[in-house]
Amino acid sequence: MSRSWGYVRRNPLLLVGVAMFILLLLFWLIGPQVIDVTRARPISAMADQRPSAEMPLGSDSVGRELLPNLLVGSLYTFEIGLTAGLIGLVVGTILGFIAGYFGGVIDSFISTAADVALTIPALAVLVVIASVIKEVLNVRNLALIVAALSWMRPARTIRSQVLSMRERSYVEIARLSGMNDWQIIVQELLPNLLPYLAATLVGAVAGALLAAIGLEAMGLGPQTEPTLGMTIFWCNYYGALLRGMWWWWAPPIVAILYVFAALFAISSGLDELANPRLRRAR
Amino acid sequence: MSAPVLQVRNLCVHYETDAGPVKAAENVTFDLARSERMGLVGESGSGKSTTVLALLRMVTPPGRIRGGQVLLDGADLMALSPEQMRRMRGSAISLIPQAAMNSLNPVMRVRDHFYDTILAHDRTMSRAQLAAHTGELVEAVGLRPNVLRMYPHELSGGMKQRVCIAMGICLRPKVIIADEPTSALDVVVQRQVMETLGRIQRQLEASIILVGHDMGLMAQFVDKIGIMYAGRLVELGPVTEVFGLPLHPYTRLLINTLPSLDAKAVFKGIPGQTPSLLNAPAGCAFHERCPDAVGDCWKAQHVLTEVLPGRWVACPCHAGAAA
Amino acid sequence: MSSRYIVRRVLLFLLVIWVGTSLIFFLPRLAPDRDPVAQRLGNLAATGGINTEGLDEMVEAYRAKFGLDQPLWKQYLNYMFDMLRFDFNYSIAMYPATVFEIVMRAVPWTVGLLLVSTLLAFAIGSLVGALLGWPRTPRVMHWVATPFLMMSSVPYYILGLVMMYVFAFKFKWLPLGGGSQYGTVPTLTWQYVWDVLHHAILPAASMVVAGVGFWALSMRGMMVTTLGEDYVMLAEARGLSPRRIFFRYAMRNAILPQTTGLALSAGTILSGSLLVEVIFRYPGMGSVLYRAITGFDYFMIYGVVFFVILAVGAATLLLDLIYPLLDPRIRYSRK
Repeated sequence: MSRSWGYVRRNPLLLVGVAMFILLLLFWLIGPQVIDVTRARPISAMADQRPSAEMPLGSDSVGRELLPNLLVGSLYTFEIGLTAGLIGLVVGTILGFIAGYFGGVIDSFISTAADVALTIPALAVLVVIASVIKEVLNVRNLALIVAALSWMRPARTIRSQVLSMRERSYVEIARLSGMNDWQIIVQELLPNLLPYLAATLVGAVAGALLAAIGLEAMGLGPQTEPTLGMTIFWCNYYGALLRGMWWWWAPPIVAILYVFAALFAISSGLDELANPRLRRAR
Repeated sequence: MSAPVLQVRNLCVHYETDAGPVKAAENVTFDLARSERMGLVGESGSGKSTTVLALLRMVTPPGRIRGGQVLLDGADLMALSPEQMRRMRGSAISLIPQAAMNSLNPVMRVRDHFYDTILAHDRTMSRAQLAAHTGELVEAVGLRPNVLRMYPHELSGGMKQRVCIAMGICLRPKVIIADEPTSALDVVVQRQVMETLGRIQRQLEASIILVGHDMGLMAQFVDKIGIMYAGRLVELGPVTEVFGLPLHPYTRLLINTLPSLDAKAVFKGIPGQTPSLLNAPAGCAFHERCPDAVGDCWKAQHVLTEVLPGRWVACPCHAGAAA
Repeated sequence: MSSRYIVRRVLLFLLVIWVGTSLIFFLPRLAPDRDPVAQRLGNLAATGGINTEGLDEMVEAYRAKFGLDQPLWKQYLNYMFDMLRFDFNYSIAMYPATVFEIVMRAVPWTVGLLLVSTLLAFAIGSLVGALLGWPRTPRVMHWVATPFLMMSSVPYYILGLVMMYVFAFKFKWLPLGGGSQYGTVPTLTWQYVWDVLHHAILPAASMVVAGVGFWALSMRGMMVTTLGEDYVMLAEARGLSPRRIFFRYAMRNAILPQTTGLALSAGTILSGSLLVEVIFRYPGMGSVLYRAITGFDYFMIYGVVFFVILAVGAATLLLDLIYPLLDPRIRYSRK
């Protein structure tokens, strides 16, 4: 037990990141009890109001109260990121695993597909898709669109891990002692993949958030749900910066920075866990 | 008899871990004479590589040199500044690494490796002199001069190892440390490399410490042999005498495990396991496996003592060894 | 250099272009209402719009090539031929300007901003990252670098917004946006050049600051791995100076996977810079794309997207071809 404490003291980042997320979860759980989320809809409050005692974050140009907006928006944005990240991870892991484990033609096919998909800038394709269905975009289908281009990095990571694990002696020994493919996969390979899966999930969520918010900032997001990225888009559209309406554009930015900082802390912490040599560099 | 070129006194190297210090090398003491060949054998984890790295002051954290002196021609290497020590490495005391595939910088040509080594210690050489000198060096180790233009990945294992030997001697060091230089090579190449190494060493009149676990190789190559166990030097003496009459129980068991071409016998291993270097047992590190352990062995540390001229043992049983 | 290597890379480039352009063709047609472009054009023709001249011809020309009466494969072939000739049709919103004209005017702005920012971020970031992985670096460096590292996953444009508020709005040190002073005519005078640079500082700064963290982080990891290699250990045993080991043995090898990383990130970096342009109203492809999206100018969208795919493919190919120059193992590979 003392050994784990010693480790945690030297790797506080992981703990910090997890703590930040727990705080966020509390915000989302307790928030709706205290804040009236219906006022996040347009024309529910007086427009263009500065922050006051009644409206702690003021309101925007279409009459949304901005504190409920922040609550609802951050939840939606994270929902998109998490959904897309998870789908990307699952699909990517399956494909990467198949490519790495079975090799040969299947591997060439999947790897080339991933290479091509990685080179084509995701934003470009997403813009094409999203611009076509702009009117009907909502949180669900935006998440699906982003997920469609989130599988490549997880696939590559998992594939290279599987390739290196396949050569290791413990797999040979397992095979020699009579385990069949499935048993090997579940009992030997998966447990060793877990740290990489965790790190890849964090990376996939961060990447999905990046893509989603990027699309939204250009206007290609849910038209009725006030996600963080869409809030920034409306800010730009109505010139909030030039009008000095800091209460409109600052909270989404702070929220985005907060989420990315937490993700960064967790992924750094996981990096150190997986790569012990980094620990010595301190 | 002239003074020894290398005198090691009570060298201690510990690895600091969360659970306490791991004593990788404890009170290692020995002398090395000019032109002498010394072997250092032991199982994996016995401390032999740690000891020689400590001689070069290249122990990496979490390892630390905790005490001791290393006198090279009278000057204590442990007392030098980092810059002074840097100047010693390669020029006064050099290393020939294990025959791993990766000792040469993949993006540099072979000749640039030599130029780097030489220029790090002697900036006065001209380009032409450098070229001539390196040409002679590669010929001395039996390689063709076109090797100089090549990149490391174009060389075979044996060729790479010979390049490493050439680099290890290019500044005419007084002490050469060869850390298992042939363990990854096949037998034929092994012999060629060892022959080259021996020839070069004699020409330079340099002393050599050969680290390894191949007893047969040791028997053929070295003058003096040191046996390490659990971080301690347990026996030291001329190789023929040690092989002929091993004094320490561990040495005896070790030699007994060597298969012989003369007699057909059942292979004997050494029962038990090496003790943890973290929670080292008080007393002799070998006592749990020792067939000759006596009453005090479990609590008393045995010190390396000279029981016969030139023969050192860390075992009380042979304090008065009969000839 | 192995010719097989070059051929493979060029083929990959062509494959990327082909898949990308095909996606641009097929994806919109998967939409529930079959062809939004035709719809849009139809709407425009019916309601009038700003430039009705020539609009009817445009709609007719479009129907002839891509109308629903044409079989899909024929439409596809027409489309591909057009793309090869860089014929992206006219801009719906800014008729009679062609998409090609508008994009070409924006390209120099984007390329200038992108190249300078990326190269700066890569160079500074790699050096900082290498120092962070080097055990002899003083601790001060770690403290100074940490805020930059933390900003590594923040999108460029978010940082851009913050910087714009602080430096342009609050302190008024730098302009609020645009490529140059509003209304100036581009001439090759020092004043104009300075004006352009002045306007580029904030957009470039946001990309560099965010980028440095990213490259530093990945370089640090490569550096730590490289420092564990046998040849670095032997270099120290040969008595080489720490400086020599840092540059020639450690960094020189760590930069290899770092360069590969640059090739892989080309798409992300370009996408990020487009968004930065939107925020700062910088007259590059990003702003063009933004206007196209809000204006439902489909031809423009497809044109820009095509160029983006082409640019990223070309950048990746270029880096792939440079890589063997850095790594002799690829250059002189045995049969």
